[in-house]
Amino acid sequence: MTHAAAATHRTSMGLDSRKMAFWAFIGSECLLFGSLISTYLVYKGRSVVGPYPHEILNIPFTSVSTFDLLMSSLMMVLALAAVQRGDMKWGKIWLFSTALLGLVFLGGQVIEFTEFVHKGLTIGTNLFGCTFFVLTGTHGAHVTVGVLWLLTLWVRALQGKLGPANAMTVEITGLYWHFVDVVWIVIFTVVYLIQ
Amino acid sequence: MLGISSLAAGFNFIVTILNLRAPGMKMMRVPTFSWMTLVTNFLIITAFPVITVGLLFLMFDRFFGTHFYVREAGATPILWQHLFWLFGHPEVYILILPAMGIVSEVLPTFARKPLFGYTVVVYSGILIGFMGWGVWSHHMFSVGLGPIADSVFSATSMLIAVPTGVKIFNWIATLWGGDIRGTTALHFAVGFVAMFIIGGLSGVTHASPPADLQQTDSYYVVAHIHYVFFGGTIFGLFAGIYYWWPKMTGRLLDETLGKMHFWLQFVGMNLAFFPMHFIGLLGMPRRVYTYSPDLGVSDLNLVSTIGAFLIALSILIFVVNLWRSRTRGRPAPNDPWGGATLEWSIPSPPPPYNFSVIPTVENRLPRWRTERHGPMKDPPAVPPAPIHMPGGSWWPMVAALGLPLAALALLTHTLWVAFVGAAVLLFGIYRWAFEPFEV
Repeated sequence: MTHAAAATHRTSMGLDSRKMAFWAFIGSECLLFGSLISTYLVYKGRSVVGPYPHEILNIPFTSVSTFDLLMSSLMMVLALAAVQRGDMKWGKIWLFSTALLGLVFLGGQVIEFTEFVHKGLTIGTNLFGCTFFVLTGTHGAHVTVGVLWLLTLWVRALQGKLGPANAMTVEITGLYWHFVDVVWIVIFTVVYLIQ
Repeated sequence: MLGISSLAAGFNFIVTILNLRAPGMKMMRVPTFSWMTLVTNFLIITAFPVITVGLLFLMFDRFFGTHFYVREAGATPILWQHLFWLFGHPEVYILILPAMGIVSEVLPTFARKPLFGYTVVVYSGILIGFMGWGVWSHHMFSVGLGPIADSVFSATSMLIAVPTGVKIFNWIATLWGGDIRGTTALHFAVGFVAMFIIGGLSGVTHASPPADLQQTDSYYVVAHIHYVFFGGTIFGLFAGIYYWWPKMTGRLLDETLGKMHFWLQFVGMNLAFFPMHFIGLLGMPRRVYTYSPDLGVSDLNLVSTIGAFLIALSILIFVVNLWRSRTRGRPAPNDPWGGATLEWSIPSPPPPYNFSVIPTVENRLPRWRTERHGPMKDPPAVPPAPIHMPGGSWWPMVAALGLPLAALALLTHTLWVAFVGAAVLLFGIYRWAFEPFEV
């Protein structure tokens, strides 16, 4: 990746090359989650044994997780704003908060998955189990990648290697984080709210 | 997993073509090969995630006891067919569009005429890219999806033949009245057009569900796919290799051997694949290696086999030609063919920095003289100012090492090795992504 070159050269579309590549990546990810969500919808109500979604999904609990993830997007916006104006003290705080809220979301997912397994829903129980765990698990894996990414940036900031010159890196991290958040809004609506 | 490397390359090509063009290189001045590469890479980054999901489900069914494709659990294997062909049909265009781009470069050079209807060729390519997403169920007519789905996909499949046909007429019109030089590259490009017409015609017959029900899973389909992929893609690729080999290596290929290669391959492929139309319609199913002598297809199959050996012989001649060019090939000048595009203005093989001075592009055929402009000046042989080259990176290699490890372990069902491979892959990608902080 020619980051340095791309940052200094004038580009044909006037857009940073890394940012353009990342938008293309997000387009590609839409097809990935689109396929997973479509499969969930196609197989909805076709499980031949329980537990069924309405017996097991805990909407109040997941609403809290959803709120937590939405708030992490706010932290991400604040982190980018701080880095862009060169305020690395708050930049570090907001970056860490974003990662922390991401970790809280993942913790919630672990609790939810464990509870489901105790109630008899595993990945191999029925079609609901297959489609639910693979869909939310893939999303959880994306959140995990995001948390590792944010923590890496936070460590680099602590080392003094992240400054306003790297604002584009933080902006792209933000694009990823907001995208993962938006996907969750769709999953929350499709899987939890519309049963 | 293979999707990862294709996606990474896809993003790279898209951004390079869209965002790192030379000054004056407007989108409507970009060479057709680059244009088709752009469309192809958009198809790659959108189609590969779909097969990734299909394969993910398959892997989970095999290793972790899920039931994505298990009938008894209420699921349906048709989901696999949909996911596969949702990827599979765009993939067909991923394979053919670059070859169409190559032919659109080779024909004008050796006819010494601009590509006929450049704009239409480009827009047809884009249209094929979009429509390629709306035809996948024509691979599934025999599943019984119902009259509505069959009608819609039949209509879209016939419709996609239109931009393809437009391109074919453009290529023929490019040759028409041209000052034609019969190089090997031109032979392959013209062979492409001829073979692709036959493959395209048999393809349109599949678009009709009643006809397709007779042809599905028979050798007729095998004949079709070989006319479009062997007669099409492979001929296109050979045209590209004979055209750009001197640019890549600095050595010319032998034209006599090249033409022997072409004619043997041309005759061989028609002997091998044309009889398959009849073999299929006479009732021989594909993917079955044996058949009853009562079927009456023994002689036709013998002809096919002879054709296959001729193809093998032609490829052998090709390999000898490549090998010979290393030592005995004539050294290639900057521009052995009199090409119109920028790559011919620099040395063969190109220096690591490609252009000593980034050229300013003023028209679509910068190196030719037309009524409106003269040929552009070649960039100087020695760069007037030092050129900054980006450093290399080892981390993509590390990531690439993890892939085969994980894949082989999954084949032998040793899960822990697969996880080690995946960990190496992820670590490689992680270090690669954050490398700018190291330098």
